[in-house]
Amino acid sequence: MATATSSSTLVTGAALTASPNRQAPKPRPVMEFLSTYVFSKDHKVIGLQFLFSTLLWFLIGGLLALAVRWQIAWPWSDVPVLGKLFAQQGGQMAPEFYTMLFTMHATVMIFLVIIPILAGAFGNFLIPLMIGADDMAFPTLNMLSYWFMWPAFLFFGASFFVEGGAASSGWTSYPPLSTNVAAAPGSGWGQTLWLLGLTMVGVSSMLGSVNYMTTIILMRAPGMTMFRLPMTIWAMFITAVLQAFALPVLTAAGFMQLADRTIGTGFFSPEGNMVNNALTSTGGGQPLLWQHLFWFYSHPAVYIMILPAMGMVSDIMTCFARKPLFGYRPMVYSIAGIAGLGFIVWGHHMFISGMNPALGMTFMVSTMMIALPSAVKTFNWLGTVWGGRIQFTTAMLFALSFVSMFIIGGLSGIFMAATPVDIFIHDTYFIVAHFHYVLFAGTAMGVWAAIYFWFPKMFGRTMNEFWGKAHFFLTFIFLNGTFFTMHILGAVGFPRRLADAYHYETFHHLQPLNAFMTWCAIGMVASQIIFAINFFWSMFFGPIAGRNPWRANGLEWTAPSPPGHGNFDFQPVVYRGPYEYSVPGADKDYLMQTDPPNAAAAALAAAP
Amino acid sequence: MGSRWTGMFSSFLFLAVPVLGVATFAIAPAFNIWLPKDVSSHGATIDSLFMFILILTGIVFVITEGLLFWFLWKYDAAKATGPATYVHGNHTLEVMWTLIPAGILLFLAIYQMNTWANVKMRRPAMAPTLEVVGRQFEWRLRYPGRDGTLGTPDDLFLVNDLHVPVDEDILIQLKSMDVLHSFFLPNLRVKQDAVPGMKIPVWFKATQTGQFDIVCAELCGWGHYKMAGQITIESRKDFNAWLESMYAKQEATQPEQAAVALAQ
Repeated sequence: MATATSSSTLVTGAALTASPNRQAPKPRPVMEFLSTYVFSKDHKVIGLQFLFSTLLWFLIGGLLALAVRWQIAWPWSDVPVLGKLFAQQGGQMAPEFYTMLFTMHATVMIFLVIIPILAGAFGNFLIPLMIGADDMAFPTLNMLSYWFMWPAFLFFGASFFVEGGAASSGWTSYPPLSTNVAAAPGSGWGQTLWLLGLTMVGVSSMLGSVNYMTTIILMRAPGMTMFRLPMTIWAMFITAVLQAFALPVLTAAGFMQLADRTIGTGFFSPEGNMVNNALTSTGGGQPLLWQHLFWFYSHPAVYIMILPAMGMVSDIMTCFARKPLFGYRPMVYSIAGIAGLGFIVWGHHMFISGMNPALGMTFMVSTMMIALPSAVKTFNWLGTVWGGRIQFTTAMLFALSFVSMFIIGGLSGIFMAATPVDIFIHDTYFIVAHFHYVLFAGTAMGVWAAIYFWFPKMFGRTMNEFWGKAHFFLTFIFLNGTFFTMHILGAVGFPRRLADAYHYETFHHLQPLNAFMTWCAIGMVASQIIFAINFFWSMFFGPIAGRNPWRANGLEWTAPSPPGHGNFDFQPVVYRGPYEYSVPGADKDYLMQTDPPNAAAAALAAAP
Repeated sequence: MGSRWTGMFSSFLFLAVPVLGVATFAIAPAFNIWLPKDVSSHGATIDSLFMFILILTGIVFVITEGLLFWFLWKYDAAKATGPATYVHGNHTLEVMWTLIPAGILLFLAIYQMNTWANVKMRRPAMAPTLEVVGRQFEWRLRYPGRDGTLGTPDDLFLVNDLHVPVDEDILIQLKSMDVLHSFFLPNLRVKQDAVPGMKIPVWFKATQTGQFDIVCAELCGWGHYKMAGQITIESRKDFNAWLESMYAKQEATQPEQAAVALAQ
């Protein structure tokens, strides 16, 4: 790396004291180990802790999904493995167990996988590296943001084993089903633990959010102006803003529901509400209030779950198209536009909830408009690929599939936004198809792109390309087999969350299609074995990557792989935007952000 | 990095997305995996709006996915020679692909307003035909008795067996006794959540006779899947006869005092 060696004279004091293998005597090696790898304040270690934890929960969430799919495909047949583990009714699934499964599948995937893997794992790992900082602004808060996930892990994990099982009123936890202890088996301790877990996830997100905003605003390297930031950082920044403004509402709502359940308040239950012959608290409340508060957070949360992936995919696509990002500023503005509009569209989850239909009409217009920035982003990604020199690496294939799949997820959203159509497809498999195309085929594919792309920076080795492509190919085929067919199921009106819908005349002929989808889902989960083996094998035996294996431009690629404590062994100085690929007249097809225009200017800029 | 074969294989994989995507929607109706038969007066406008959006998004889908395939095919580093095009964007293009979708989306937004208003806002000026009350896990129905007024001692009480006359405006007063439910009539394109503490009006006009499903579409507990009812659409004459027979049955099985107690 020419940059790193030429800049070695500019090594700062911070970097000198912060080599990863300190030789100083360690009087208490156990404490040293704990502070380095367990209660670490290093953003990279915290990022990896988030990554490993969330990948583990990803596996659990995936297995929960398989159990759900099993019941939909072959209702009331004996469940393999799980049936023996949770022996009930001789191996077949009880309906209340099914409601718990899909509730916890969504809960795990949303709160323990997608949000923490994007903001927690990649936000933590990438932000200081990509802006040229030695760490986060508040390392202790950062450590806490990870360790507040553990109470959440414990609450959600333990809830499976309490009486009545885990929460079973859907991940949306609509009252009175969730507030009345007699309403469902999971509405006892399971629901209380669910609310406590949610609160802990919220605390973790909030600590991260404050940290990310501060770090990005204050700790950028010299020359790194806001409009020289990579899209990943822009997306993480706007995501942090979204979290900071939306999360308090959910936290407050969670405490209100907790109070309804435990100390007898009546925020969400109407006067004299009886469920299953049990009175729901004191009454005087309104069930729709919860839906408003919940979606006021959870709609922006949908963008928290996709924007960082959009940012990372933009960075990966430019690198492997060897071409500048098409329309950098429109891309930034459309992320900001999505975030802004994201606060005024929550009512589109409630078109048929009993909310005033006139209000539904205003939410319909704002929802239609939020499709616009997403469309602009898609066109700009296509513009980025146009005229490039595309290298079909595994990371690039996952990034391209993000775009391809996001088109489907984006377009299917328009059906739901159209209020009259939503009357028919609301709460059917059409919406299930829609959000899986956004969150699985979109975000999860983006996450895999990011893992394959930044793996060399995390572990100093590259992942195997052949098995990476095999993983991509199988996942891509099976995910479309599982989720695309959900659109036509939704067109029949096939409702979600039913343990067995085939006794309805309208739906009884749909079982073979559902069985096909379940086979695809099994294939999809099985394909991840390839990924898991590739991941761990490459961690120890993969080919050693240099600082910049992809010949990319970002600041993170100037640091050692993996970077030591303090990240950079020189003071990075930024001279240009992150996407200067294939610059005419340059001696190589990429110009790193740190490559000086000429030596004299470099020396001047780096002077203290 | 990678041979031409990798590029060609990957390009075709992405081409398969629009090809198989369109094919799925094209053959689904042949297998009856499509919008169920519509027997309501307003359903046709919902279905045609669905088809309109399907065609519109289908065109955008094919064009964007097709372009993606074409660019991947053409600009494969193993095929294309020379350096990549050094371009940071194009102002005219940005304005165009912002304004054109904005126009289309705004048109869609305004175009559907009238349908929504008809189905959910322009309630027919009439007394409720009946009251539907969701309860874990059944639909309780309450027809006004011979006096034609709901909430009087001569009301008729039934469970899950909804009958309505064809070609007449039906106004349902939707309530819930316990948790949220959703009153879903797939063949009448009707769906409305039932919320405890609220009385929500639901109206439709059936255009054909027949028996169809009533589905609960909002999670209401462990028995949500079996909260099924049936709607029978019949001629006014058959409906009156059915109503009369049900009424006679109720009077035969319960004395007047019990009916009064139940009404209260």
